[in-house]
Amino acid sequence: MKILLIEDDRETARYLEKAFFEAGHTADITFDGDTGFNYAQNGQYDVLIVDRMLPKRDGLSVIMELRARGIETPVLILSALGQVDDRVTGLRAGGDDYLTKPYAFSELLARIEVLQRRKGPKETDTVYRVGDLVLDRLSHTAKRDNKDIILQPREFRLLEYLMRHAGQVVTRTMLLENVWDYHFDPQTNVIDVHISRLRSKIEKDFASPLLHTIRGAGYMLKAGN
Amino acid sequence: MNRFTNLTRTTAFRLTALYMLLFGIVAAGLTVYMTRLSLTMLTDQTQVSLHEELRSIESAYLHGSIPLLVKTIDRRSRQPGAFLYLVADPEGHILAGNVANIDSTLLADEGMKNPFTYFRYGETGNHSEHKAIAAVINLPNNMKLLVGRDLGEPQRFSNIIREALGIALAAMAFGAFLIWFFIGRRALLRIDKVSQASQRLMDGDLSGRLPVSGSGDEFDRLSSNLNIMLDRIEELNSGLRQVSDNIAHDLKTPLTRLRNRAEEALSGKKKVNDYRNALNEVITESDQLIRTFNAILMISRIEASRSLEHLEPMNARLIVDDVVELYEPMAEESGVRLTSGEIFSVELKLNRELFAQSLFNLIDNAIKYAAHEGGNPRVTVSMEDTDKDVLIIVSDNGPGIPEEDRERATERFVRLDKSRTRPGFGIGLSLAKAVMKLHGGHLILEDAHPGLRAILAFPKANGSDQENR
Repeated sequence: MKILLIEDDRETARYLEKAFFEAGHTADITFDGDTGFNYAQNGQYDVLIVDRMLPKRDGLSVIMELRARGIETPVLILSALGQVDDRVTGLRAGGDDYLTKPYAFSELLARIEVLQRRKGPKETDTVYRVGDLVLDRLSHTAKRDNKDIILQPREFRLLEYLMRHAGQVVTRTMLLENVWDYHFDPQTNVIDVHISRLRSKIEKDFASPLLHTIRGAGYMLKAGN
Repeated sequence: MNRFTNLTRTTAFRLTALYMLLFGIVAAGLTVYMTRLSLTMLTDQTQVSLHEELRSIESAYLHGSIPLLVKTIDRRSRQPGAFLYLVADPEGHILAGNVANIDSTLLADEGMKNPFTYFRYGETGNHSEHKAIAAVINLPNNMKLLVGRDLGEPQRFSNIIREALGIALAAMAFGAFLIWFFIGRRALLRIDKVSQASQRLMDGDLSGRLPVSGSGDEFDRLSSNLNIMLDRIEELNSGLRQVSDNIAHDLKTPLTRLRNRAEEALSGKKKVNDYRNALNEVITESDQLIRTFNAILMISRIEASRSLEHLEPMNARLIVDDVVELYEPMAEESGVRLTSGEIFSVELKLNRELFAQSLFNLIDNAIKYAAHEGGNPRVTVSMEDTDKDVLIIVSDNGPGIPEEDRERATERFVRLDKSRTRPGFGIGLSLAKAVMKLHGGHLILEDAHPGLRAILAFPKANGSDQENR
């Protein structure tokens, strides 16, 4: 994946560049809004990571300008601001996701990988498949190896989200955001318990594990090894 | 000198000076006008009396010819404050009267004469020159009769008026000067005190206050307002200090722990797996640090934001149900029975995220403390509609918080005892408190006999109206 990072703190930018490289991605880094805007406009990037406070041109206006020119590359906004409605402002400006500093790299990585929206099924697909697990979004049913799995509505949405991002790490915060629609850090293992319930339903009577715990990051639904 | 220059720079001085100038101009005009007026009046009066006197003397002449005329004039001349009299023959020789010398042209025609100089009978020298006005008539045998009036009296009168006005003006000027001096000096002294006090404040001693004399005047009002502002600044300042102390305290412990873990991992001979585990621990610890830090920032921001911003009316029930549902598996896992009591639909003006997070924290705490206690742990979430408030209540049968500690429990980062060293506890309650303040409500902690009842109280005034129960 090719990432453009617009971040004025050089040390953070270099660290992220290296970390992304180690995670198998390439990242171009720019340190101010103008340069960042030019890069974003001309290069072919899968994801943009834009800091809100930038020299020369602030992050939100960079995003708005890009969107105005029809550039629809997914954008993740990084912000040290944390006002109650900051996230809303950022998303209205055309951002696709929002992360407040300080953050864990694993959280950032998980989020941009999900933003990329390449792997896994499309949002318009009505049936998701991961290995022998099949989820039908229209009939609200799930089957594994042709055996029905009975899910609560929330468990269904949880599985749906995990399957849409199969093969990608999803963090607890991402789950709380996308399944429950609350945008804060759960801080406790409340999500883990939901996961372990779901896991027991989709794995208990079957041979291979599907729902993997990624230490220090979150979870990943993946078939096979 | 400098002091005097300062004094002349005061508003009081400028106003006084301006006032004095205006007053002087008006007073001078008034003096001139009054003098003129009184002179005219006196002159008119004199003319009338001159004519009367002329008639009366003329009639004496007509009745008794010259001897009676001379006799009358002699008699009248000797009276105090007498008129001036003069009888002359057609050639201008003085026949009788009390005027020694006179310009003979005056006698040429009949009528009123303008003020002229004359000498009194028996007086010589320039110093006894007098001014007078007079009227002249021709007697039947072509003799001239002059009756005049000395102008000394009206002159004196107008002098007196002028003098009196002058004295009054001087007195007023002096008074104005005194008033300016005292008021200006007093104002200057007060301002000096305020300046000194603010100098101390600027030097960093925020505990100082501006002097208030107690008279309730404009200086006092200004000082009181500034003092209130200073109170607020000091409060914010100490709040800030408190926060930074707390941040330092709250982050120091996990940072030290983090460092120790890394150091321990480096010491001795270890296998790759040990390093891996150590690093994982370090990451977990760092994540916790980041969470704590975010929570601190968030509470600070909530506290700093103006209340009732970002609030939208919504059904509180949906959020309560959501959070209970979210926590049910965890409660069950922890062996805690999480139940919903009476829950009803009610529209409240809410910040969905913050309200949910507060409730989330309260339930999280309740489950953990109830579970900690053993026995038959349970947590109940319910709603209550009182006259004033809509209450959302989370009660547990855990150890509760002793009454004397409840106030302190909502302060940031306070953990009440060793059994509550779990991270997040203090932050959860202080977040709920800050959030409730943002909503214009409050967080209440009560004894649940046993356990803790944490209540989020939303005032009804903030646009709530109940729907179906």
